[in-house]
Amino acid sequence: MMLELKNISFQVSDDSREKEILKNVSFVLQENRFTVITGPNGGGKSTLAKIIAGIEKPTSGQIFFNGEDITERSVTERAKMGISYAFQQPVRFKGVTVLDLLRLAVGKKVSAADACQYLSEVGLCAKDYINREVNASLSGGEIKRIEIATVIARGTMVSVFDEPEAGIDLWSFQNLIRVFEKMHDKMHGSILVISHQERILRTADEILVIADGEVADQGAREEILPSLLSTESSVSGCKYWQKGEV
Amino acid sequence: MKVFDSIQENLLEAVAGFHEIPAGAFNIRANGETAARNCTEHITVEPKADGTGIVVTIAPGTIKESVHMPVIVSRSGLRETVYNDFYIGEGADVTIIAGCGIHNGGEESSRHDGVHRFFVARNAKIKYIEKHYGSGDGRGERIMNPRTVIEIEENGYMEMDTVQIRGVDSTVRNTEARLAAGARLVVLERLMTHGNQKAESYFRVAMNGKGAGANIVSRSVAKDDSFQLFSSNIEGNAECSGHTECDAIIMGNAKISAVPEITANHPDAALIHEAAIGKIAGEQIVKLMTLGLTEKEAEEQIISGFLK
Repeated sequence: MMLELKNISFQVSDDSREKEILKNVSFVLQENRFTVITGPNGGGKSTLAKIIAGIEKPTSGQIFFNGEDITERSVTERAKMGISYAFQQPVRFKGVTVLDLLRLAVGKKVSAADACQYLSEVGLCAKDYINREVNASLSGGEIKRIEIATVIARGTMVSVFDEPEAGIDLWSFQNLIRVFEKMHDKMHGSILVISHQERILRTADEILVIADGEVADQGAREEILPSLLSTESSVSGCKYWQKGEV
Repeated sequence: MKVFDSIQENLLEAVAGFHEIPAGAFNIRANGETAARNCTEHITVEPKADGTGIVVTIAPGTIKESVHMPVIVSRSGLRETVYNDFYIGEGADVTIIAGCGIHNGGEESSRHDGVHRFFVARNAKIKYIEKHYGSGDGRGERIMNPRTVIEIEENGYMEMDTVQIRGVDSTVRNTEARLAAGARLVVLERLMTHGNQKAESYFRVAMNGKGAGANIVSRSVAKDDSFQLFSSNIEGNAECSGHTECDAIIMGNAKISAVPEITANHPDAALIHEAAIGKIAGEQIVKLMTLGLTEKEAEEQIISGFLK
């Protein structure tokens, strides 16, 4: 067992009203498994990813990493233990180059040639990018792929990707699918991807459906995917909302 | 030839990147007097007749040569004003590296005010690098007030790269430039203040000829209780293009004022100003923390990238 979430709940105060984003979410990420979390927008998927990375602290519940309770561990500590997280909206930095960022990700001085490898893996022509700043001059698709490259460069036991396809054009998307297929083939550790894309769901070993803050369904891809695709509402996720308040 | 002591060597290293005598033309000023000077076939470095500074003359067509002009002050209480003139001949392409380092281990303030005038002839290209640095734990202030006056003739080009990262308690920087047709000026100013330091920087650029262009960019970080003022005024008096940008990170109890000003006196003058002051974005820190950096390491990384 690599990562376990036990009864994770997360509440926020909104206009003095308590809002429950996640309710008692429990699941286990097994070693060497590729898990995709899907479900309607606003269902709590991104919050879950942030809770795993330590960016948000759960209101209640516990997180275990290789059997150790890491609920109170900081973002830095979790990163050092072996958890990586790719932002849905990658952060831009003035003056920090792609090479700087990859070096920080690897955690030691790597040669420009080695750093280029990671960019090639995400389909970027390395020499065009290695010395560019990670600033507003990069397009949404470019920065997204660089973000994914920073996680690949870390090569940690758990890698979490929050909607890697968001903001990526169709051409880049084909490429992205290959990136994840390759990751799945060469996999070490656990990969957790939040996605709405059928192509990515098809890459999964396990699928977890989160709707309205709860685990609505989970299991092997063969079990879950057919039912997701058979409903007209697979894109909007109405099937799961109907269970709730909608 | 004068031998430098270890404090002076450190200052030279900080502002000019060398310990010993550099190759090419140079003038090293230490504690108010010339310590070493060298001319080359194409570059002359001569004292002014009235003793107030030196004149550097670069012959037309001089390509890929450099001039080092470091000033170091290691005696507490020294105050000086130096007037240096640079004549860059037609079609030349050279680099001028100036810099001032003050080490003040005493009680009295030490002050160096450098007035540099650049006359860039037609089609000449010059890169001017200026580093300011202060060290020493004396209570005396380290003060530098540089004034730079730039005249660029037709199709001349000047790039000015200034850095003041540490140890200067008070600085008032004035830069004035006049650009003829097709002349271009690119300025990158990088500044960091900490403690109770004060830094003010004023730019006045007049674009007087068709096709002139100016890009004045300032990046600064103000920490602790320091104060910074950035003021730039770009004036378009012909068909020209100008851009000024001030981007500042504020930390602690620091205060920053940015006053960008653009004036068009011609209908085809295209001018832009941008100014932004803000804290380090929280998500930048978080991203670097997810790569395993501590909050403090993340902050240092962001600042060093920003000021690079």
